Amino acid sequence: MSGPSTYEPKTAFTRWLDRRLPIVRLSYDSFVAYPTPRNLNYWWTFGAMLALCLVVQIVTGVVLAMHYVPHINMAFASVQRIDRDVPFGWLIQNIHSVGASMFFLAVYVHMFRGLYYGSYKAPRELLWILGCIIYLLMVATAFLGYTLPWGQMSFWGATVITNLLGALPLVGESIKNWLMGGFSVDQPTLNRFFSLHYLLPFVIAGVVALHVWALHEAGQNNPAGVDVKSKADTVPFTPHATMKDLFATGLFVILFSVFVFYMPDALGHADNYIPANPLQTPPEIVPEWYLLPFYAILRAFDFNIGPIDSKLAGVLAMFASIGILFILPWLDTSRVRSMRYRPIARQFFLIFVVVCIFLGWCGGQNPGRILVPATFSSNLSWVEGGTVEQTSIRATGAWEDAAAAAEADLRERGATAVAITRTSPTEGTVRGVFGGTELTRQVRAPTQDELEVAIGEVKTEVGDAAPFFNVERHIPFTFTVTRLSQVLTAYYFLFFLIILPLLGLREKPGRVPDTIAKPVIDGQVQGAS
Amino acid sequence: MAEAASGAHGGDETTRRDFIYIAAGAAAAVGTAATLWPFIDQMNPAADTRALSTTEVDLSAVELGQQIKVMWQGKPVFVRHRTAAEISAAQRDDFAQLKDPQTDAERLVQDTGEAGRPEWLILQASCTHLGCVPTFVEGSSYGGWFCPCHGSDYDTSGRIRRGPAPANLLIAPYVFTGDTAIRIG
Amino acid sequence: MLRALTAAAAIFVAGIGVAVAAGDAEHPHDHAFSFDSPIGGYDMGAVQRGYQVYQQVCATCHGMDHLAYRHLGEEGGPFALYMVRNHETGELEPHVGKPEHGGQFVDVTDNPYVRAIAAGVTISDVDPNSGQLTDRPGRISDRFRRPFPNEIAARASNGGAYPADLSVITSARHGGADYIYALLTGYTGASEGTLYENPYFAGHLIAMPPPLAEGAVAYTDPETPQTVEQYAADVTHFLQWAADPHMEERKRMGIVVLAFLIVLTGLLYLSYKQIWRNESH
Repeated sequence: MSGPSTYEPKTAFTRWLDRRLPIVRLSYDSFVAYPTPRNLNYWWTFGAMLALCLVVQIVTGVVLAMHYVPHINMAFASVQRIDRDVPFGWLIQNIHSVGASMFFLAVYVHMFRGLYYGSYKAPRELLWILGCIIYLLMVATAFLGYTLPWGQMSFWGATVITNLLGALPLVGESIKNWLMGGFSVDQPTLNRFFSLHYLLPFVIAGVVALHVWALHEAGQNNPAGVDVKSKADTVPFTPHATMKDLFATGLFVILFSVFVFYMPDALGHADNYIPANPLQTPPEIVPEWYLLPFYAILRAFDFNIGPIDSKLAGVLAMFASIGILFILPWLDTSRVRSMRYRPIARQFFLIFVVVCIFLGWCGGQNPGRILVPATFSSNLSWVEGGTVEQTSIRATGAWEDAAAAAEADLRERGATAVAITRTSPTEGTVRGVFGGTELTRQVRAPTQDELEVAIGEVKTEVGDAAPFFNVERHIPFTFTVTRLSQVLTAYYFLFFLIILPLLGLREKPGRVPDTIAKPVIDGQVQGAS
Repeated sequence: MAEAASGAHGGDETTRRDFIYIAAGAAAAVGTAATLWPFIDQMNPAADTRALSTTEVDLSAVELGQQIKVMWQGKPVFVRHRTAAEISAAQRDDFAQLKDPQTDAERLVQDTGEAGRPEWLILQASCTHLGCVPTFVEGSSYGGWFCPCHGSDYDTSGRIRRGPAPANLLIAPYVFTGDTAIRIG
Repeated sequence: MLRALTAAAAIFVAGIGVAVAAGDAEHPHDHAFSFDSPIGGYDMGAVQRGYQVYQQVCATCHGMDHLAYRHLGEEGGPFALYMVRNHETGELEPHVGKPEHGGQFVDVTDNPYVRAIAAGVTISDVDPNSGQLTDRPGRISDRFRRPFPNEIAARASNGGAYPADLSVITSARHGGADYIYALLTGYTGASEGTLYENPYFAGHLIAMPPPLAEGAVAYTDPETPQTVEQYAADVTHFLQWAADPHMEERKRMGIVVLAFLIVLTGLLYLSYKQIWRNESH
């Protein structure tokens, strides 16, 4: 990175070791002497928190694996045993489940930091991509881990997500059955999910090592987005960054502890305390909060796109939303790294953050929920009194013509109301009422279900007085959660595919400082974002 | 803790700076140790395992001259209803040449320290050589158990008389909970 | 910091979105339980009475597969035995339930009360000599007696509805203990066919008939009222303990851990400030 190693082994043993396996030198160069930009703000401490989270999850996970039994008849009971009988089992289990949430909280902040300060730009493209790979592995690990307690949400969440794979054309079904080890989520699935859940965190650890290596090659980015030019720009990692990381991690652990000791189930779902029942679907199936935005994107596609059916479109969009992050370094065309000096981009970024949060909210809602109140209405008309005449229609040609002819015939003869019922492709009956009084009623309701109830009530009220009813329904345009998800998903993709590329070419950035040290020493920048 | 880049501004400054680092380091060390304990303790036997650490045995089912084998903490234990002949043979050899000298009475003592009853012998069914389960063979050299694995011979009190085993069959800790019942463990 | 707050708000908002009452069920109001607050514990008297209500009323149909009788006698359990020194006589006396202060915990294997509770229940088990299923008195290591051998039998005896296992019921329902209490006291008295009206249940019709009636369970303490509300509060208290037996230990540990962390973080902050004193950043 910058300059040769300054490590000097002081004792005979360290000299001996340095000659054979320079591990102390590597640690010293990477975490003690390593030159760190002096202007890093607190957004840069989340990397250390993530390292802590990975260690915590692995340690608590390995310990839990000493007691957990990956069999469908014993999994739920083994988790109960951990909670009740294993010494401190309740504590280790709480740490592991809250830890997953804290891990994702930290990773989202870490990723948003990267977006804002342009940490994905050259020469850090590979660093960013490795980070995306880590994130993808985290999502997979979390999904696999959530099935292990074998609660209702575990089972049905696994069913929904594995069914998604069935959406892939041609190979979908085979891949799905291959993954599940059967034709539905069952014992083989649970067993292999356990094995993979144990494996992936170590893969993550390996990729993290590559991630830190890539980081140290390029050096840290910093809030100004300018390269390190001289020693004046940096401070040694230890103790400056080490202590700051420790302090910030302390605050993080305080938040972690508040959840572990006082609200351990707040981030989970009550239904996962019900043992899995393949015969009974819970009223709502939702993943954990950190996967909700993707769930919203998946469910936003309730329409077909040409030959791609809605289910496949949703799956593709969901994977694309993570996939697009991989190519971000080449989508953003701006020469300026940090959005601190890109006032327009900053606005769009803030909207992007809000969009992601609301996508998360949408993911947890009932997709049909109406957000803007709308009125469904229906006009019913019927005739009371009068005589009914009924004839059958037999269509020799097109049905529509025969029906229209029958209706026209009755109307010509003075029928007040006509109703046509079709019993087969070519047969039906037409009924007409002659004389009597025509009555109408309008009913209104806030949802379609309530409208049908209201229509039914009118029909019951009038009863036999009317031989038949003509019902006209007005279904208004409703702004549902799905519609909102569609709007938000559109912005999500627009941000990466259109906004960032265009902004880079068009935007007039602010004045970027020449070096890190200059504005810092001049006293201009003190903790500003 | 590495020193800060700035120079010291006098004795007070150094002491306060060092104190903060030492205090922080000490607190972190205490925290680490306290955090470590649950992870070590969780491997200890869990509550359900501990609850099964005793076994109750109803003695009325064991006839004179018969023995039963019960499981205690996952290991086999003999509960033998000894005949008068077996008892006198055991007591007769109390001061014979024994590899592991013990009187028969010593091997009947309950876990509370009270004397046991000579007709009830409670032994761990594990040969002290390499752990096989010996069989009680009537008419054997010493009248007691014989281990088929390497030929250790035990007498009617479970004491090693011949063979490679170094010690007598271990007594399982027990107490009488009634006239015809014991609790092992 | 703004972004950290936005992130925190995100979790909160997402959480709210998922935690509303199921469907059209009425929202249970907040019944004040002693365990609600971050420093609140269990009222052992209520848990003991609640166990009695469970045993005499609920256990006919509802199992608690994840509880064993020995759990009742473990530290923090309703029938845990402590030896307390009587200040007047100087003698050690048995005290059931954690005493106000002091007291030496007696291991559950030496707890005669739990042994008696277990022995009072008939367990079906394989006879070690014949290999056949026979009945025997319960042991402390036994799980709570199952009212039905399996789910199919349970449904068959209850018109197709499955009486849920109550081991973690307060964790398994939105609204937790408040929901259970509201449900037990919320029967309107109306019924439709084989279903009973209860506004707190999704769909407003529940297969379980009102389980509690005034005077149904004879409490030993004459001061405690024997009303439906009292039974409901007590059995809910017991069910909450059953779902979370380590709650008191958890909250106690939380105070110690948070106090320690605040002190440690404070020291780390001072160290950080000290290190950066003469560095511009």
